[in-house]
Amino acid sequence: MGTTITIDPVTRIEGHSKITIQLDAAGQVTDARFHVTQFRGFEKLTEGRMFTEMPSLTARICGICPVSHLIASAKACDDLLAVQIPETAVDLRRILNLAQIAQSHALSFFHLSSADFVLGFDSDPAKRNIFGVAQAAPEIAKDGIALRKFGQQIIEILGGKRIHPTWVVPGGVNAPLTAEKRAQILAMIPDALNRARRSLDWYKGIFGTFDPEIRTFANFPSLFMGLVNDKGELEFYDGKVRIVDAKGKIVADGLDPHNYRDFIAEAVEPDSYLKSPYYKPWGYPDGMFRVGPLARLNIIDRCGTPVADEEWAEFRMLQRGAVLSSFQYHYARLVELIYCIERIEQLLNKPDILSDFVRAHARPNRPEGIGMSEAPRGTLLHHYKVNRNGLIQWVNMVIATGNNNLAMNKGVYQVARQFVRGNKIEEGMLNRVEAVIRTFDPCLSCSTHAVGQMPLEVNLLAPDGTVLHTVKR
Amino acid sequence: MKRQANVRIKTLKIDGIDVGAREGETILELARENGIHIPTLCHLDGVSDWGGCRLCLIEIKGSNRLVPACMAQAEEGMEVFTKTPRLVTYRKMILDLLLSERNHVCAVCVSNGHCDLQSMAQELGNTHVGLPYLNPSLPVDATHPYFIMDHNRCILCQRCVRVCREIEGAQTKGAMGRGIEVRIIHDLNEPWGQSLTCTSCGKCVQVCPTGALLQRGKAVGEMVKRRDFLPYLQMMRED
Repeated sequence: MGTTITIDPVTRIEGHSKITIQLDAAGQVTDARFHVTQFRGFEKLTEGRMFTEMPSLTARICGICPVSHLIASAKACDDLLAVQIPETAVDLRRILNLAQIAQSHALSFFHLSSADFVLGFDSDPAKRNIFGVAQAAPEIAKDGIALRKFGQQIIEILGGKRIHPTWVVPGGVNAPLTAEKRAQILAMIPDALNRARRSLDWYKGIFGTFDPEIRTFANFPSLFMGLVNDKGELEFYDGKVRIVDAKGKIVADGLDPHNYRDFIAEAVEPDSYLKSPYYKPWGYPDGMFRVGPLARLNIIDRCGTPVADEEWAEFRMLQRGAVLSSFQYHYARLVELIYCIERIEQLLNKPDILSDFVRAHARPNRPEGIGMSEAPRGTLLHHYKVNRNGLIQWVNMVIATGNNNLAMNKGVYQVARQFVRGNKIEEGMLNRVEAVIRTFDPCLSCSTHAVGQMPLEVNLLAPDGTVLHTVKR
Repeated sequence: MKRQANVRIKTLKIDGIDVGAREGETILELARENGIHIPTLCHLDGVSDWGGCRLCLIEIKGSNRLVPACMAQAEEGMEVFTKTPRLVTYRKMILDLLLSERNHVCAVCVSNGHCDLQSMAQELGNTHVGLPYLNPSLPVDATHPYFIMDHNRCILCQRCVRVCREIEGAQTKGAMGRGIEVRIIHDLNEPWGQSLTCTSCGKCVQVCPTGALLQRGKAVGEMVKRRDFLPYLQMMRED
């Protein structure tokens, strides 16, 4: 009989989850699992509602990335309308989505994870949070806060409010961009780009000191999936699905999101409310794939903006083929942050961006609609079926974090085997187990209130159930 | 309203202010003429009153009974109170009952920011709902080509029923059932899109105080109701 270590809840992530680590009698790790303990039920509770409410309803899935759901949902609704939406509306939605990715990446890297880099994985957990970073390295904390503010302000300028804006509607957006707002956003670009470049330079200077973590933080071969545009560049809004293997070789390209069920299947685990998607042709669990910043940088041929392209080329030098360590999600996140800032500027300088033709009107002309986009955490898909009156009959959503579920589980096991030893738990060991989850930046629900605040209790139980050792945070 | 040639003025007090009323005038009309605000939800200028929402309840000196200001006629020597602590408590309670009875989720409602129920909650200071939500499972009637009826957001004020009967003259809309089971129906409880009497004029949609009646295609917060037509129609018909 072995023992079980439970990390419940996992901290500095978005949402509620726990980790269990199984030890054998000799104190060796035999298994480790990541469980998502919250149940939301959005696919069920939206049944019977008007499809026009779906962007706002599904945005409530998350308070960090409501815009990602707005975008995927609005695209699924456009698909129901069976219309082509005005190009300016597409560009405006793109800007909103890029702002969302920038703010979320800043949140993940600085607010949630930078404490581990600045203070160390074994540092005092009471200080290992954004406030500790602000004390130890105020410039880094300031950059993080400024970069998140940059993204959030663009969302507010465009959508009217930072969280759950209602600007994106089926058929386009409900108000054009004004020259004043455009100037306001453009003025924010140089400072944000400076800060993002400085942060990436800092990260490149320190990541070498985390070699043991880089080697074991979900560092294994897997497939990588994401959207690319028709030039093979980074694409967050539209495009086709590309899948590459661990060697960086393209396994599938130009896959139409409408046929997602041909290449993605979802497994259900008995111990988690999070489904486990896999690449269907390769089966379960061999078809495990990763999505998100690391995957996106692994699948593309180039980013498509000048600074990000240079940084991407350097990033890809880390490893022949695909970059496999999930630790480098952090690296990829910063490269994408730079891309987002550059791309927002490019889009704002397009000649038609101030056009007032930003919405197409139609009734549902198709019984089924699918929308796929890239959220900060990876590929996001909304799929709706409506009746003839436009009332939702059936919903399926494949959430970015879910796509990483198999890889996160495997990563937890890998880190636990490397760092958790014997019958006495050290807090730093468990922090690393949590940190591997953090690299994926999972968004398990919609709250930031848990940052560094949630209590953590780990019990080490003897085979007969008695508590041998307890660690409390 | 046409004035009679031989008007007899009645004198009374509302909240301690001396006011003069014409024959047949209601306390609500009189109060508004004199700049005294009484909250209402079911009342709509241009259609008849029926005392449904009970928000305009008032106290009259000498009687323990509360009466709706929209139905009470001004009488000589009356002393009326519109803002006693008892009335304030009851009004808030009425609003709590309205908000908890069906599924009013402002954040995802087409009328968010343009809703009479929401504004009333702000006005009366109902920051929280003090009663458990009933969360009924109610249908959405989206059979009409232009309009949608979402029973989840209906407060049964019957403005739609009255405007349909009194202004459009179609009598398409009506109320069915009793108590908490009351539903707004079309004709003999047909889907709206199959109603033979509905002229698709849309008056009911514009007078609806909440997002219960909406134009097809409107997304969250986009349903702004236009009610200017009602006084014009009435004026034109009187001339």
